Amino acid sequence: MANELSTLLRTLRQAAYLLVGLPDYDAYVAHMRRAHPQRPVMSRAEFFRNRQAARYGEGNGRCC
Amino acid sequence: MTSLVQHVFWLLLALLGAFALGSVALAQGETVNALWIVIAAVSIYLVAYRYYALFIAARAMQLNPLRPTPAVRRNDGLDYVPTNRYVLFGHHFAAIAGAGPLVGPVLAAQMGYLPGMLWIIVGVVLAGAVQDFMVLFVSTRRDGRSLGELVREEMGYWPGVIALFGAFLIMVIILAVLALIVVKALAESPWGTFTVVATIPIAIAMGLWMRFVQPGRIGLVSVAGFVLLLLAIVFGEDVAASPRWGPLFTLDGVQLTWLLVGYGFVASVLPVWLLLAPRDYLSTFLKIGAIVALALGILILAPDLRMPALTRFTDGSGPVWAGALFPFLFITIACGAVSGFHALISSGTTPKLLDNEKNMPLIGYGGMLMESFVAIMALVAACIIDPGVYFAMNSPAALIGTTAESAAAAVSQWGFVVTPELLTQTAKEVGEATIISRAGGAPTLAVGMAHIFSALSGGGTAMMAFWYHFAILFEALFILTAVDAGTRAGRFMLQDLLGTFVPALKHTGSWTANVLATALCVGAWGYFLYQGVVDPLGGINTFWPLFGISNQMLAAVALMLATVVLFKLKRERYAWVTLLPTAWLLVCTLTAGWQKLFHADPRVGFLTHAAKFQAAIERNEVLAPAKSIAEMRRIVFNDYVDAVLTALFIAVVVSMLVFSVRACLRALRHDRPTARETPFEPADRISTGSVGRGV
Repeated sequence: MANELSTLLRTLRQAAYLLVGLPDYDAYVAHMRRAHPQRPVMSRAEFFRNRQAARYGEGNGRCC
Repeated sequence: MTSLVQHVFWLLLALLGAFALGSVALAQGETVNALWIVIAAVSIYLVAYRYYALFIAARAMQLNPLRPTPAVRRNDGLDYVPTNRYVLFGHHFAAIAGAGPLVGPVLAAQMGYLPGMLWIIVGVVLAGAVQDFMVLFVSTRRDGRSLGELVREEMGYWPGVIALFGAFLIMVIILAVLALIVVKALAESPWGTFTVVATIPIAIAMGLWMRFVQPGRIGLVSVAGFVLLLLAIVFGEDVAASPRWGPLFTLDGVQLTWLLVGYGFVASVLPVWLLLAPRDYLSTFLKIGAIVALALGILILAPDLRMPALTRFTDGSGPVWAGALFPFLFITIACGAVSGFHALISSGTTPKLLDNEKNMPLIGYGGMLMESFVAIMALVAACIIDPGVYFAMNSPAALIGTTAESAAAAVSQWGFVVTPELLTQTAKEVGEATIISRAGGAPTLAVGMAHIFSALSGGGTAMMAFWYHFAILFEALFILTAVDAGTRAGRFMLQDLLGTFVPALKHTGSWTANVLATALCVGAWGYFLYQGVVDPLGGINTFWPLFGISNQMLAAVALMLATVVLFKLKRERYAWVTLLPTAWLLVCTLTAGWQKLFHADPRVGFLTHAAKFQAAIERNEVLAPAKSIAEMRRIVFNDYVDAVLTALFIAVVVSMLVFSVRACLRALRHDRPTARETPFEPADRISTGSVGRGV
């Protein structure tokens, strides 16, 4: 029960972050560990800045 | 047997929808409850999703759950991330829902609630949701490429350049219209202006906090920002009443225009983390929250509609916007029924986040159904207020004068009986000096939302003013974010376009090129904004149809691309899925474009209007609203600019039509599929992430 609740909260937080275009940091870290263990992993702050710059960068239109 | 039981359930749902639609459409002379509209819409959406969307998925697209999506194949944890479908649904919906579905239906209410409601429901099922879904499909099968790249790849280089050029023009018109809505809502409204200005320091404080104090954490700081916003609304009343500060925030349309143009320029060259991003967070959360609250409010209150099903203005004589039901209703309600702009989203971030092809109907088709539902709610909010108040708020001063007495007399004469007292009382309730001639949709929607929210919060009319300014702020906030983000996107498009001819301008790292492109972009929308603000008919009258035409034309272009892809996949027997909405959009937009150019009524046709003023200039006669011959010349010049713009839109869409037909014929001559999909790679050959090129 407590487990399900924490999964739910986690999903809600991911949803809120992705509403404003921020992907999940933990998923990024997990992906890097699994797929590219030799490459450096961005810190949370670096990741945040990188994603912010990407969202408003080239060619990202928004709707009316 | 179970499947039969399931079909019976869907049949019952369809019958419920039909019954609700019937009760709404056939109620003659009796008031209709808004819930019937909601029930009709939702049941038709669900049935359409269950049968039509899944039919398209299975037959036309032949979606394959085993085919790895770009997010899986190129997973990099950044741009390409397999995402939970409900989380992605939220992301996609937040990206497509903006001011469009809120404003269009409010303006369309001048013809009564019925035409708008039918077009929103039928349009989304057969056109809008199909477009979003098809573009998502085409882009997902091509590594999540953008609309421009897709057109270039599947149709050729020049069609790609033309589509990009069309998209830039549309961007300019959208930004001008959105900014115009803000100007209309804030003109002579110190309370509203103060709260909107207050969002700038609030957002900057949030931006600094998120950059330096707690990078990567947006929860608490957004909540703090929201609380500050509410405080700004509460104190806005005192600021507006203060003899010292009130006049400082009381600005007319022209002053606001210059401020907005300056703001647009500065904001779009500032670093994104300082102002744009934090305000985007605020506006997105506020938008989703307000939409949910509005839905709950309508469900709980179940208000009666006070606007008639059809008004006398279906003939084209309406004061809010000019033009007859066909084709202009289908132009006025763009987002909510079908919106070309969504093609840019469906070929943007969404396809890079999709975890499995089987979730495509939910995101592509379902996301647009949700947006359509927002449009239905906006229509309801506009139709539950007194029709007399609605017309007094949305008619230009040239028709109804500037006092409560003249407005009430004019509107009553049209058959919507209203007293001057009701108009002044409504203005007082919402804390404004006047509500007359506040076209643009936002103030009307704000009055409707204030009615619903204040009834819900039980504050009676005491809370009306707070909720009115809350609704204005909510709209202004995400419009300003769109202006800011749109100016940046427009700048990149312009640099890309100009770079085709002058390669040096393509360097987005060059400061000169950036400032030049930004100035051009701001200048372009600023020009139309200014023209709209000084327009005696209120600007919305002229520009909303132009926006609608351009947006629907982009939708037609996206649907033509989808048709070409179906032909190239050798699935032309299902091409009617996209051909049907394409044909309808072409008929509507080309007719509307033609009428905007050549219609004999000077209120509709730009050239007729220009000729009328030109003739007067030659007689040395000054026609209202111009006050001098020089102003008359400017009006004629503006008419020609608008006419050229309309002609360009028509040229873009007609040339895209020619290119599409050619591409389809070429595909027919081949005996095998020629579409350029990324080849199928079985999932087991992808060793998580290593296939992703250039991570």
